[in-house]
Amino acid sequence: MAAIANRIKSFRFGRSRLNRVDNFQKFLYVLLTLLGAFMILPLIYIFNHALKPYSELFLYPPRIFVQDPTLQNFVELFTVTSTSVIPVTRYLFNSIVVTVLSVILVVIISALCAYPLSKHKFPGHKILFSTIILTLMFAPETVGIPRYLVASHLGIMNNYLGHLLPHLAAPVSVFLMKQFVDQVPNELLEAAKMDGAREFQIFMKVVIPMIMPAVATVAILTFQGVWGNTETSTLFMQDEAMKTFPFFLSTLTNGLANSVARQGAAAAATVIMFLPNFLIFLFFQSRVIATMAHSGIK
Amino acid sequence: MKTVWSFRLSYLFIAPFVLCFLAFIFVPVVLAILLSFTYFNAIEPPRFIGWSNYLYLMSQDLIFLKYAIPNTFKFALAVGPGGYVASFILAWLISQLPKHARTWYALAIYTPSLTAGIAMTIVWLPLLTGDRIGYLNSFLLNLGIIDKPVLWTTDKTYLMYCMIGVTLWSSMGVGFLAQLAGLLNVNPELYEAGRIDGIKSRLQEIWYITIPSMKPQMLFSAVMAIVTTFKSGQIGQELSGSFPTPQYAGHVLISHINDYGDIRFEMGYASTISVFLLLVMFFANKLSTKLFGSKGDE
Repeated sequence: MAAIANRIKSFRFGRSRLNRVDNFQKFLYVLLTLLGAFMILPLIYIFNHALKPYSELFLYPPRIFVQDPTLQNFVELFTVTSTSVIPVTRYLFNSIVVTVLSVILVVIISALCAYPLSKHKFPGHKILFSTIILTLMFAPETVGIPRYLVASHLGIMNNYLGHLLPHLAAPVSVFLMKQFVDQVPNELLEAAKMDGAREFQIFMKVVIPMIMPAVATVAILTFQGVWGNTETSTLFMQDEAMKTFPFFLSTLTNGLANSVARQGAAAAATVIMFLPNFLIFLFFQSRVIATMAHSGIK
Repeated sequence: MKTVWSFRLSYLFIAPFVLCFLAFIFVPVVLAILLSFTYFNAIEPPRFIGWSNYLYLMSQDLIFLKYAIPNTFKFALAVGPGGYVASFILAWLISQLPKHARTWYALAIYTPSLTAGIAMTIVWLPLLTGDRIGYLNSFLLNLGIIDKPVLWTTDKTYLMYCMIGVTLWSSMGVGFLAQLAGLLNVNPELYEAGRIDGIKSRLQEIWYITIPSMKPQMLFSAVMAIVTTFKSGQIGQELSGSFPTPQYAGHVLISHINDYGDIRFEMGYASTISVFLLLVMFFANKLSTKLFGSKGDE
């Protein structure tokens, strides 16, 4: 009875088109499943590719799924390169050091900058914020040459600092953090001050716990950016032993366009590049979405 | 001066970020502008030559005028607004699903962007290989759409489409998440109110309620789209495995900068192109601010 009454009501108010959720959602599921499958397919394929033995890599007709999985490609990646001057583990070590340090430092530095930017009305905060908004669109790739000149004058070539410092200037991180600090009520900060907390204590005990979703998001985005970055290796590192894993990967693929050599090893290396990214995002994705809700530029 | 001193702690907080920002964003941009007026080959000190770099760029650089500009325009239009609209539509479709399903679809759409950079090339190269082992070729041959293998990445007619396709595939990144979060954040009462006011279809709902209430996120997402569009030019050279790309088919502004900066060592002229690219990005952003910018707090 109730259903019929609802029906009549919705009909009377002309809402039937808006309430026809079921068919619409069914259609959506089909559409999005197809789309999602299309988006994911290349990734499924690279995983399978990495596990294929030589006999399957160049099979005709090509198959996406592996028949006879083996870790041969991973073994090749680590053993073949160990005879060359720099073993692959060295690149991997550099990458891990640089990425971990960058993530920690970017989080600290961006949060440190975001807090006064949002809550202290110091002279120049407006200019600083509009500069940050302006540089959100900045792509370091465009001014590689002057960046090279700056780095060489600072003496950070062939040095872990050369990997680190360029990443620390992260306007997007500061921006996202600032949008989150804006949500922290002023009364809370005032109360903490009344209780005799110093600025640094307020920052550590009040602000940081409240902006944890933004901290997680910035950490993830930084991780993704630094983990896959080849720019600092090509620009600032001449010493082969200081370069990172993605750079090594790009040397593996040089001329891969129509060649067959090392395809398996390259696929294995890609999987190594991709997996940490994916796992970290999987764990933190709900926080990322929560932060993005505050990402709006007004 | 006294007020500045009273905020000394705030300045201390922002100092690390501001220093990195000055060194790796501000100074490089200023240097690029200064160098663009000089002849500089990295060996002799720069020599001031006034506007002649700009004059050459605008009137005589045939590769720039004939390939770099039209290619960049084509690539940027397809990937920028194209990818932007696609990410909005996808985010909207996903937001219409029930919560538990939403996460998985969002993950499927977002995941490809994790491969951005060098890994993306390795994922796609075997799929696009030019002989019949290539997955795309083999698939199309089977369907009988083509009768001989196509050189997807090295033929000048297809390279640009491959670049656009691959970039679009991986472009559902931060911007997509921001839009999804914006959509989920729209106050549901607004939709109720809209229905009472006589909104009849979902399209009207999107136009009159959804878009106006998520404008800030849309602007953020647009800025992110512009950045990725203009910096992802290297994909052509990675896909085709040669630089410059075959008959300049995938030559965009970034490749033109690398051509002069890394190969011909005409740093002054390369900086001129950088400045031009920065200007283009700046105006693209101005345009999107016009479109999505909200006046004051809404």
